[in-house]
Amino acid sequence: MSATTHHETTINAPAGLPLIEIVREFDAEPARVFRAHVDPELFARWVGPRSIETRVEHWDARTGGAWRYTAHRDGEELAAFYGSFHEVRADGRLVQTFTWEGAPDGVALEVMTLEELPGGRTRLRGVSVGESVEARDAMVASGMETGVVEGYEKLDALLAERSSAGR
Amino acid sequence: MTDPLSKAFAALADPIRRDIVARLTSGEVTVGELAEPYDVSVQAVSKHLRVLEEAGLVSRRREAQRRPVRLEPEVLDLMTKWIERYRREVEERYQRLDEVLADISDDQRERGAS
Repeated sequence: MSATTHHETTINAPAGLPLIEIVREFDAEPARVFRAHVDPELFARWVGPRSIETRVEHWDARTGGAWRYTAHRDGEELAAFYGSFHEVRADGRLVQTFTWEGAPDGVALEVMTLEELPGGRTRLRGVSVGESVEARDAMVASGMETGVVEGYEKLDALLAERSSAGR
Repeated sequence: MTDPLSKAFAALADPIRRDIVARLTSGEVTVGELAEPYDVSVQAVSKHLRVLEEAGLVSRRREAQRRPVRLEPEVLDLMTKWIERYRREVEERYQRLDEVLADISDDQRERGAS
């Protein structure tokens, strides 16, 4: 069980580059990790926080297919996301586009690769590339989890204070 | 590009400016001292400093000629925390995935047993 081993997520968000890299290991073989990404019922169970219900509206997990899901809290739609399945390869490569409908001109390209580790384990590496550094930052901030946005607002306020003080 | 956060990230997009910020973590330095290791003029370094200053990352004390440059650690700290918060959210998401993965293996065992 996951209680005995602890695999912390590593995030690499290089300054000045429009990409985010995520690395995480799992106590499950690549085929299972892959299934949890392409099976809509399984995916809906883990993608959003527990307080949020994920409704998969469209799901065609094949190369050239498309997807769309919405996030709800207390019956109210909070956000909607859609994209295409650019490449779905059962041997552990999933390439998708990702758009948050709140910023319809923005799009990220997400490449996930699964590497088999000894003992039936998997190393997941996800790289998300936005159109610009600003788009990347907005992508991070557009997360359903409000904490990110709150952090943003606090930082915005602090920075605004500083730049006016510097003048 | 007007919002302050974009400004701060953009300011750090340049390798010399990142290096300046890294060097300032050990204390206040004058522009001349900052310029020494680089193959650029003091004027060019001043220009980089202006970008960092406008982004709220460094400040300069009005102290006669010396005007030492110092880091505004709060801003950097918040930028790091902002990424750390995102990291924690991704980690929480993957902990939910851990549980789903454990469930799937139970399914398979049940299916295999029946």
